[in-house]
Amino acid sequence: MTDPSPGAAPSASGSVVAFEHVTKRYGSGPPAVTDLTFEIGAGEVCVLVGPSGCGKTTTMKMVNRLVEPTSGRVTIDGQDVASLPAVELRRRIGYVIQQVGLFPHLTVADNVAVVPRLLGWSQPRITERVEELLELVGLDPGTYRGRYPAALSGGERQRVGVARAMAADPSVLLMDEPFGAVDPIRRERLQNDLLRLQARLRRTIVFVTHDVDEAIKMADRIAILEVGGVLAQYDAPDRLLAAPASPFVERFVGADRGLKRLSLARVRDLALSTPVTAYLGEPRSAVRSRLTDETGWALVTDGDRRPVGWVEAADLAGDGAVTADMAVPGSALLQPESTLRDALSAMLASSAQVGVVVDERDELLGVLSVAAISATLQDGTDPLGQDRS
Amino acid sequence: MTDEQPFFRLDWIIDNADMLALATLEHIALTLIAVVGGVLIAFPVTIVIQRRRRLIGPVLGFTGILYAIPSLALFAVLIPFTGIGLLTAEIALISYTLLILIRNGVAGLDGVEPDVVEAATGMGFSRRQRLWRVEIPLATPVMFAGLRIAVVTTIGLVAVTALIGQGGLGFVIITLGIRRAFETAILAGVGLSVLLAVLADRGLVLLERALTPWARQRAQAS
Repeated sequence: MTDPSPGAAPSASGSVVAFEHVTKRYGSGPPAVTDLTFEIGAGEVCVLVGPSGCGKTTTMKMVNRLVEPTSGRVTIDGQDVASLPAVELRRRIGYVIQQVGLFPHLTVADNVAVVPRLLGWSQPRITERVEELLELVGLDPGTYRGRYPAALSGGERQRVGVARAMAADPSVLLMDEPFGAVDPIRRERLQNDLLRLQARLRRTIVFVTHDVDEAIKMADRIAILEVGGVLAQYDAPDRLLAAPASPFVERFVGADRGLKRLSLARVRDLALSTPVTAYLGEPRSAVRSRLTDETGWALVTDGDRRPVGWVEAADLAGDGAVTADMAVPGSALLQPESTLRDALSAMLASSAQVGVVVDERDELLGVLSVAAISATLQDGTDPLGQDRS
Repeated sequence: MTDEQPFFRLDWIIDNADMLALATLEHIALTLIAVVGGVLIAFPVTIVIQRRRRLIGPVLGFTGILYAIPSLALFAVLIPFTGIGLLTAEIALISYTLLILIRNGVAGLDGVEPDVVEAATGMGFSRRQRLWRVEIPLATPVMFAGLRIAVVTTIGLVAVTALIGQGGLGFVIITLGIRRAFETAILAGVGLSVLLAVLADRGLVLLERALTPWARQRAQAS
């Protein structure tokens, strides 16, 4: 679907992470995590989700021994994590925390280089790896290498955080509400970026969030935890929505399960339609000739095939070229990784009921209408069928 | 010629330029010994008590008492043990730097964001690596603020040690000036001492900027 860009890291695969009867108790109070047993497959994204106090972050931190279990064990590829020195273990596991936690006194390059330095890599190897990683997360090394975190936007910091976690090519990544501090639009984009990266790199990711929609979007498997760290259900997102194991899960997933199931399908799962396009500078008469009675609008793109806006047949009268100020923006920009739920929400919020789908370089892929999504909803054969309730 | 002298005698300054230069150098030396000594004591103490937090109260309390003792009283207490001389003077001067240096040191380390500390731990820094590569660099601006106050305060306090035969410019101010009611010496001594304090403070600001380029970019960004 998305073509792998050159310079991608060699795809090492993820490790199997397993929890075996893991309990964590602080003092004499009730356990924070109660007898957890589940296994995360190699290369899978496992999202830990639940209300506050459900021990999801505690559970995640037992993987890199920021928290030690009171009983039971956590293994990576069969090896008990407690059998390794904590410092060594942590250098082999990528870690992205809530507020990103970049080191403010180090440049972007030095932040990314932290773990390779701890591991004693040679400077040329570190420099090369830093360049590669910045490109991987979509930051131009020339522009960003020497900047300090204070000079970055929230989204850019987040990307640096992911690059830093990937630096030593770990087979397991821990992400604790990594997009919690970013606004919804940028969040959607960062989620898509991570999914694209993951499609290529296939690491084992343990991802903590309190947001069910994010869980459904990101996860191969979701672990829903109840207060006290009790595993309520461990299942693929579609199973969780179709067959909640308990009233707790049903309540937590929410009454709008039917709508949430829109999050299971992506824009890329639908056939996009191809609009009539016009490029900036093209003679108006040429565009006019392509428009028919049914399609009264053309989508204007720039020289790099990036959408600029829509132009109506009536505005194309006379001679002269198509110019940028003729084009009316207003369509939601969607990406192939966007869920249908996010897509629908963005389309309803915009002035045009048509979403323009672009790739990660913002180049036009096609358009998607609200009608196309609702047709999917009516089609009984897809995963978005009628809500059981 | 009457006995009356002009208020400020430039000719005296010129005639005694060598002596003034020497007194200034001595002033700088006394200050340096006191501040370097203070840092050598305060730095390890800061690192220990910032981790063993129940020691913070007693240590700050003790250095607070040292800070509150008038210098003359401190000399009086010390002289029976350490005599009249450099050692007594430096013990007193060092004592006065400790409260400021330790308090700012602890505040600086405490001010490092918990997220950043946790990220460092989670990425596999050992405690020592975390301290030296993350916590101390990030505490530098606050520690430097303390160092600047300590240096400027010490430059002022050095003058008092003239009372026990040290003093640098204090010798010029007190012994040549106040005791003989000779205004020119007082003005010259005070002027040079103030100049020294201002220059030292500016110098430390420049040094801090050189050591913490990231803090400047943050100030610009916000």
